[in-house]
Amino acid sequence: MPETPSAAAHLTDEQVEAIGAELDAIRAEVVDSLGEADARYIHRVIAAQRALEVGGRAALLFSKFPPAWIAGTAALSVAKILDNMEIGHNVLHGQWDWMRDPKIHSTTWEWDHATPAEAWKKTHNYEHHTFTNIRGKDRDLGYTIMRITPEQEWKPSNLVQPLTNFGLSLIFEWGIALYDLEFDKVKDGTKTREEAMADLKTFWRKSRKQFAKDFVLFPLLSGPGFLQTAAANLTANVVRNVWSHAVIFCGHFPDGTETFEEDRLDGETKGQWYIRQMLGSANLSGGKLFHLMTGNLSHQIEHHLFPDIPSNRYAEIAPKVREICKRYGLPYTTGSLPRQYGKVLRKITRLAFPGGGPKADVTPLPARPKPVGTPVRLAG
Amino acid sequence: MGVLGDIGRRARGAAALFTQPLLPDDLLGTLNPLWSASEPHARVVGLRRETADTTTLLLHTPRARTPHRAGQFVGIGTRLDGVWQWRTYSVSSRPRDPRRLAVTVTAVPGGTVSGALAHRTPVGALVRIGPPAGEFVLPDPVPEKLLFVTAGSGITPVMGILRDLVDTRPHALDGAVLVHCDRTPDELVFGSELRRLAATTGLRLVERHTAAEGRLTPDALADAVPDWAARETWACGPAGLLDALAGHWDRFGDPDALHVERFVAPAPVADPGTGGRVTFTTSGITADAGPGVALMAAGESAGALLPNGCRMGICHTCVGKLRSGGVRDLRNGDVHDTPGQSVRTCVSGAAGDVEIEL
Ligand SMILES: Cc1cc2nc3c(=O)[nH]c(=O)nc-3n(C[C@H](O)[C@H](O)[C@H](O)COP(=O)(O)OP(=O)(O)OC[C@H]3O[C@@H](n4cnc5c(N)ncnc54)[C@H](O)[C@@H]3O)c2cc1C
Ligand code: FES
Repeated sequence: MPETPSAAAHLTDEQVEAIGAELDAIRAEVVDSLGEADARYIHRVIAAQRALEVGGRAALLFSKFPPAWIAGTAALSVAKILDNMEIGHNVLHGQWDWMRDPKIHSTTWEWDHATPAEAWKKTHNYEHHTFTNIRGKDRDLGYTIMRITPEQEWKPSNLVQPLTNFGLSLIFEWGIALYDLEFDKVKDGTKTREEAMADLKTFWRKSRKQFAKDFVLFPLLSGPGFLQTAAANLTANVVRNVWSHAVIFCGHFPDGTETFEEDRLDGETKGQWYIRQMLGSANLSGGKLFHLMTGNLSHQIEHHLFPDIPSNRYAEIAPKVREICKRYGLPYTTGSLPRQYGKVLRKITRLAFPGGGPKADVTPLPARPKPVGTPVRLAG
Repeated sequence: MGVLGDIGRRARGAAALFTQPLLPDDLLGTLNPLWSASEPHARVVGLRRETADTTTLLLHTPRARTPHRAGQFVGIGTRLDGVWQWRTYSVSSRPRDPRRLAVTVTAVPGGTVSGALAHRTPVGALVRIGPPAGEFVLPDPVPEKLLFVTAGSGITPVMGILRDLVDTRPHALDGAVLVHCDRTPDELVFGSELRRLAATTGLRLVERHTAAEGRLTPDALADAVPDWAARETWACGPAGLLDALAGHWDRFGDPDALHVERFVAPAPVADPGTGGRVTFTTSGITADAGPGVALMAAGESAGALLPNGCRMGICHTCVGKLRSGGVRDLRNGDVHDTPGQSVRTCVSGAAGDVEIEL
């Protein structure tokens, strides 16, 4: 398959490793400076999220009264977004493990999401973050349900993928939960039926409670407002789903991000791993509040370089990473949410049809430096 | 009570359906840490400067806790630079009021926690507090003839025992002896209270000021307390003193009559073994544990959240089951490799690759 060279092809082996060393130094500096102010930050976000959730649910006890419905739904939507994005996603990455707080820790945290935390840590932290944008390995590339790079063979079913995508955005948390069950792996034999059944049980236990809470228990508490509260909870879930779907799809799919061949992994050095993360991710620009609401996944590039550094620090790292990219002539993809999401939608629509090249976003092995030492084990 | 307890459990279970995936306790704890039942907190309600480097912290807990026995210790958790640190402190107050207790902290030069607790803790600060534990307690009935040997901050658990005796069994102090060492009369922790006790009860107090008289040796002790061998003895102080006493009791006395409390782990064995890779199977964290490095320390630096208390092999809060491989007890060099065996991660190193259920 003809492929265009990567945006990193011009780098020498030494430059690749030098970039790795610079990024390691940035990481070390942040890790050394973690302290009380960071701890206060996450405690404040958690307290705010819980206040919004309790306040929202309380308002929705009076959901027959339209202003209460609107205020409650808005508060609950924001609470669910904070819970999933800035708190859950990042705590589950182990970003706050350094505080040694048994309550705010990747091994104990559970979130307001259909996917159980354990399943998420495996498919997201391990599989997606290790194999970022490797075609055939990074299941987040979505190749199981859509065609999102021109390398994938076109099938007639791809014609409906703009609709599939829209549908997915509405039920995103359930999409992720089902996808985390990895039934496709049972089909190809890399996962046993028993494992799949065990995962299905955990999923069922978690999602049953999630469902009961939003669509039975709280609506019942509202008495005559049963239907209004159920509708409010549905709305909050959908708002959260559509929002997180948009943010997450903008992280790896816009123009400018690259995907990679599987054999790139052989003997990949730390420097090469860093570069793959940078070229495979894209940022979103915006203000402080915007970054908070995206769980700082607006700093997707920094997050992929340092998945276990507390999210409140990405903003201060970003200019340094950008400067490194500039100095070494590497792309640093970023843009506003509407712009980037527009590009994602355009790509999904274009790839619904056969073809889709020239494959400007596609990377074979760049002049690959010889493996140095043993392959690195990757955290988070 | 049984029925009420059952109703309470059901109510909490029902409430948890509304707060899940959190527990009601998480919401209460966010509002006010003192309301959390799963992470018990205490508030510092009073501070007493005992000497230049020693401070007593008076702690108030919002709910009744497991009452401690005089001489026992509790784990105290503090957030320093954003990180929760746990250390062990003997309770120096009487067990009478389980909602109030005191710990007396001596700042250790270069220490992470003790200086902060002793010098930089304001009234009103919150700390976490663990359940009481420890075997450094008097038996019931109290032995007829008691001897206490303490040095420096080693007086703390003994102070707890003495205060309790004054309160509940003052006659047991009749004829009891306390030999207490510190550098100068001024530096003697609880000095004036001890002197008052000696004046008002039958307790005999032998002060030794080491700046002038030198360190206490077993011989000097035997001179000061000629009938030491006939007494049941409780000793707490620096490792050197405790080691010397243990040797003396082994050779000339009844080793079972000597009870010691150590604040610092005994020196590790000379051959720390090979080290290896440790995997904590519950959290899924793997870490390299070099020779002589405790599994707990290795795991913590890799981000594992491991249960811990005294961090020196005393309290058994850090125990996990050995799944595979072997561990070496860093205090005496013994190797354990029976699968299913309990391993204290704070004092065990890796003897090759090892898997622990934690
Ligand atoms: C059962 C038990 C009861 C204890 N009760 C008390 C008590 O009532 N009051 C009290 O002040 N401390 C007590 N300690 C000691 C206490 O737990 C801490 O070890 C001590 O406060 C030092 O903590 P740190 O974080 O400041 O020092 P760390 O940072 O943990 O250690 C720094 C250095 O100091 C050494 N060190 C640690 N403790 C001591 C010590 N006590 N004396 C001399 N050097 C030491 C360490 O070996 C290390 O090299 C007790 C310990 C145990 C195990
Ligand atoms: S922490 Fe107390 S025995 Fe290990």
